[in-house]
Amino acid sequence: MSDFDLRVKEQDGVIVLNTNGYLNNFGGEQIASVCLQKISEGKRKFLVNLENTEMVNSIGVSILIEVIEELQGVSGKIGYCNLAPIVEKTFNIMGISKYAKIHSNEEEGLLDLST
Amino acid sequence: MTIQTPKVELTLPVIQDMELAATKTAEVVAKQMGLDEMKTAEISMALIEACINAFEHSKSNSNVYIHYIIDGDTLIIKVGDSGVGFDQEVVEIPNIDEKLKADRKRGWGIKLMKELMDTVEFESTDGGTTVTMTKTKK
Repeated sequence: MSDFDLRVKEQDGVIVLNTNGYLNNFGGEQIASVCLQKISEGKRKFLVNLENTEMVNSIGVSILIEVIEELQGVSGKIGYCNLAPIVEKTFNIMGISKYAKIHSNEEEGLLDLST
Repeated sequence: MTIQTPKVELTLPVIQDMELAATKTAEVVAKQMGLDEMKTAEISMALIEACINAFEHSKSNSNVYIHYIIDGDTLIIKVGDSGVGFDQEVVEIPNIDEKLKADRKRGWGIKLMKELMDTVEFESTDGGTTVTMTKTKK
């Protein structure tokens, strides 16, 4: 059993996912599952708050690429906020930040996505 | 009198998330060496990738062995498995633009290790793979 959980809320038309724990394959699949479900319900804006995720692995992050691909098909947007420096560096190396904006906090992310 | 190079050895069974045990040991060793927080996090991230490669790609259910060697200001980490090995010449360097169109989104481990550590070298045979990574306190 993996030590990862997810809280989901909707604010200002943005689906906000707050992660908690190590973002591995199970964590990535949980995020993708929620995002794909919400996309099927017509939602197009997503913000993933990684404040409580200190470490990720490339398998978990690569599952997030699927979400970006899916959102590209429906003209949706996804952003990330509160990244630990090593998580931000990992996102930069993998190129995630080329397709998803990195915000310093949730308020900034919500402001950008809701306008 | 010969001064011994300090070395820590860890054996990991192939169990989900066991790579985090490797990062905990790395944190203790890095702290002992006085490495800063970012370098320590880079070592941990590279180690996670080396371990999951060993777990997943070795096609073997045997253990993974990790050696942490303190060589002056340099931390040398060796991660070894006894799997089937791989040919690094055929490993493609991943690119986000291509991955977005591809069915397989994975395959980032080696790129991450190389970007996060000072040096990364692989020795691979039919009997297993050892990746040797270094990080120097500058």
